[in-house]
Amino acid sequence: MTTVSAVSSTAVAPARVRSASLGTSRKRPDGGPKVKGEFAFSSDLWAEGALWGKVLRSPHPAARITGIDTSRARNLPGVKAVLVADDVPGNPFFGLEMKDQPVFASDVARYMGEAVAAVAADHPEVARKAAELIEVTYEPIDPLVDPERALDPVTPPMHPMGNTVRHISVRHGDAVASGDVVVEGTYEVGMQDQAFMGPESGLAIPDEDGGVDLFISTQWLHVDRDQVADCLALPPDKVRLHLAGVGGAFGAREDVSLQVHICLLALRTGRPVKMVFSREESFLGHVHRHPARMSYRHEADRDGRIVKIEAKILLDGGAYASSSTAVLANAACFAGGPYLVPNAVIDADVVRTNNPPCGAMRGFGAVQVCHAYEAQMDKLAAALGMDPVELRLRNALQPGDELLTGQALTGAAPVAEVIRRCAEAPLPPGGPADEPGSMTLPGGAGRTADPTRVRRGIGFAVGFKNLMYSEGFDDYSTARCRIEHGIVTVFSAAAEVGQGLVTLVEQIAEDVFGTDKIIVAPADTGVGSAGSTSASRQTWMSGGAVDAACRKARDSLLDLAARRHGTVAAVLEVREGRVVSFDGEIDETIEEATGGAAIEETVEFRHAPTFPLDERGQGDAHVSFAFAAHRAVVDVDLDLGLVKVVEVTTAQDVGRVLNPVQVVGQIEGGIAQGVGLAVMEEILVDQGLVRNASFTDYLIPTALDMPLVQIAALVEEPEPGAPFGAKGVGEPPTISSTAAVAAAVRAASGLALTRVPIRPEHIALAAPRQGEAGS
Amino acid sequence: MSYDCAVSVRVPDSLEELVTGLAADPGCELLAGGTDLMVEINFGRRRPASIMSLSRVTELKGWSEDAATGELVLGGALTYTEMLQPDLAGRLPALAQAARTVGSPQIRNAGTLGGNLATASPAGDTLPVLVALDAVVVVESADGRREVPVGDFVTGAKRTALRPHDVVHSVRVPTRRTRQEFLKVGTRNAMVIAVCSAAVVVDLDSCSVRVALGSVGPVPLRAHEAEELAGEVLDWDAGGVLAGDAHRDGALERFAGLVSAASRPIDDHRSTAAYRRHAVGVCARRALERVAA
Repeated sequence: MTTVSAVSSTAVAPARVRSASLGTSRKRPDGGPKVKGEFAFSSDLWAEGALWGKVLRSPHPAARITGIDTSRARNLPGVKAVLVADDVPGNPFFGLEMKDQPVFASDVARYMGEAVAAVAADHPEVARKAAELIEVTYEPIDPLVDPERALDPVTPPMHPMGNTVRHISVRHGDAVASGDVVVEGTYEVGMQDQAFMGPESGLAIPDEDGGVDLFISTQWLHVDRDQVADCLALPPDKVRLHLAGVGGAFGAREDVSLQVHICLLALRTGRPVKMVFSREESFLGHVHRHPARMSYRHEADRDGRIVKIEAKILLDGGAYASSSTAVLANAACFAGGPYLVPNAVIDADVVRTNNPPCGAMRGFGAVQVCHAYEAQMDKLAAALGMDPVELRLRNALQPGDELLTGQALTGAAPVAEVIRRCAEAPLPPGGPADEPGSMTLPGGAGRTADPTRVRRGIGFAVGFKNLMYSEGFDDYSTARCRIEHGIVTVFSAAAEVGQGLVTLVEQIAEDVFGTDKIIVAPADTGVGSAGSTSASRQTWMSGGAVDAACRKARDSLLDLAARRHGTVAAVLEVREGRVVSFDGEIDETIEEATGGAAIEETVEFRHAPTFPLDERGQGDAHVSFAFAAHRAVVDVDLDLGLVKVVEVTTAQDVGRVLNPVQVVGQIEGGIAQGVGLAVMEEILVDQGLVRNASFTDYLIPTALDMPLVQIAALVEEPEPGAPFGAKGVGEPPTISSTAAVAAAVRAASGLALTRVPIRPEHIALAAPRQGEAGS
Repeated sequence: MSYDCAVSVRVPDSLEELVTGLAADPGCELLAGGTDLMVEINFGRRRPASIMSLSRVTELKGWSEDAATGELVLGGALTYTEMLQPDLAGRLPALAQAARTVGSPQIRNAGTLGGNLATASPAGDTLPVLVALDAVVVVESADGRREVPVGDFVTGAKRTALRPHDVVHSVRVPTRRTRQEFLKVGTRNAMVIAVCSAAVVVDLDSCSVRVALGSVGPVPLRAHEAEELAGEVLDWDAGGVLAGDAHRDGALERFAGLVSAASRPIDDHRSTAAYRRHAVGVCARRALERVAA
């Protein structure tokens, strides 16, 4: 009994309060092994007879390639294959949105780290040496590194598809509307990295059928599979992907990194091939968060109501498109923030340059603009002489309001509530430590602080973004539930990247069958696509798919049992893992109820449709939104410019909490990344060359940098149409936490500080202060 | 052609075995904590054909007090974690403070004083402290033993007076009545390479102040003019404390200015020369205020 059916989220009943499972902090099945170092990550895989793969990368950000001589590498004993562009049997290009990136650069290299050749050898050292022996003749050319120049029509294209990847104009309301108060500003965001711990790695095993099995850490098995199959000229069913242990993702595993190379090497050599990036390769080999330059003009009336926003947004997409078009759409759509903006004139562009490619990272376009619009809101509050929180409350979006894309806000939108709850939370008692050199002061273990030169500042910010994919994308998730021999097995290709879906799937299935005897099968392409583990979408999408598949299988089970007992399913239910009738006459195990038959139900779950933006940037492009507010308290050493983020308080719109510990984990982790962007995290690129491709110099927060996180409120207003009423919670913590920290540093220092990350010299060497604020 | 990626690794059991082995194979890399060497190897910057481990050479471990001279003798294989233990930290607080700023606990368990000296990174955290303490490096080889003041030992960025067959045996630190302080600026609050650092030692025996700066030049730098000013400003009769008028007459600002002027920083991906010049002055001034308040 196997059926496939489609379910739309509009058909799902609104939030139901159920079971002892959902809403509890069930422990992660992989938690213990990870803490004890026993969890197998993709870098821990091994197969008998496996070769080691290694990729040769361009050291130049822009160069013509006039020759590649692989003979010395091929002749090195132990080398089994050396592959270049000509060895790609299928499409020589790949890409998430546009197939614009070559599997191997052959005529021109467009960024530092671009793959040029790949080697398989019987030892990793031999593979490394062989890569060194490949002689590539480069003719370096002047790199195009300034996104403004890339935008200039007179600049020659650095890619056949041109320099502009996408332009979006938003024209909303009355373009010539004007307010009583005007504030302007220009803001910048540096290039942040996702900085996951587990480097890109995988194992490809060739199959006798001419296909290949790839064990890989990724965010979306099927989109990888489709790109690999296309480049390998294989039918998709010959490319079977299996999710290996993922050591963090945050967007950086949405794109193909080593997937095509490793499969090519395995098919060419006929042997398993393993590849593990070094940390340096990892920094060069995945996309980053788009750096942004943003010019804003806000006009408001005397009461502080926003009249109009004008903005120019420029994102540097680096050498290839990756997910740039969708990142730009978010930047444009959310350019006004979670406020009612009746009139807007926004022009947004994302361009190609010879800088490292940029794509998805937690917050995805919403982070960059939040830094700008929240700084503008503070400026506006200052210009009006109004409390910044009051200004935000006065403009907060409410259900029914129109977004600047013309879309009516239909779902739960407790914007004012998250603002209020966050602002009302108590401030940390006391002030900075008064003991010189205390490690809790700015400077930490370096013990640099002089307490008399430390000022405390408080900053507030609010942000929002879309959940799920937008702009008419056919966004769905598949799940299968199988009942056989009394065992319930759930199949889903959704990638567990650390976010905790694996726990939630158990909770959902347990909720349906009333038993914890549930097996969650490993994720692979043997079941249909689950879509990407991104856009805060898997709780809604794969959670919904698993729930629907399990309920369908349960219904089939009851039908089967009813037929066997000559009754109707309506008198039966599944309770505590048994099939029972209301009168107690029937009480049997699931295995007995199936009578030896197997039940299998597969569901494709879709959210309500979305629509493209029109030429004026108007349209119902998004299906749902999530909001969060952050308040940061920082201590700043005015002379050294060092910052200690003391506390970040948040209130977040979550729809419904399904696993409290996991929600807290997402909030704390997201705030860590937001704090990192505010004060330290940046890929430094000089003329296209990455200067800090290591964790020695790409700094992420340590325990001494991580603030106390105070969760003032998880606002549970069930989202209509969402399974269980739950919203995704992964991204909102990163969106406005950066802006809140930046605002707090501004408050403490009295400086404008328009760029993040804020570096010590921006504070310590700033022009004469506008007046020192703080205590 | 062939490619041999084998590395010979020897584990000598004594100092004698170590220096004899080094004399026979001077190209050999020495491995103590490996916190610098393994990074170089992993980045492919160094591919030594042979390595000798110092792990069993007990003569290089720990620290002691020289009964004859009263000096502290710190073994070349003394780890940062050992520098943080109260017995030694109480005697050399600035060294302990520098050690605390090095990496993570795991790195501090592995990394050694001799390694910090032999690597001679401009950002080596113990180097300015050793310079300010007037320490002397004891170098051992099959030729014998010699002593090199730390200031002469570090000859350039990642360059030292070590010959290929030498090993850092120990560091001798004179025991004087001192007050000492070490401050380090990095762009995060822990586990960070120095953007700049300053060690200040108030020497009550010689009635002088020594100021050494890290990460603002190819080698740790003394700030001689600042030292002289500090020597004049401190009230030695009162126990080497800042005279009451030091704040009023701007001596501390001048001290910071002289420290900044003594620095020779560069722009790099970790910071700018301008910031380093400024910050090292701030650090030295704050250090002086703490030890001479």
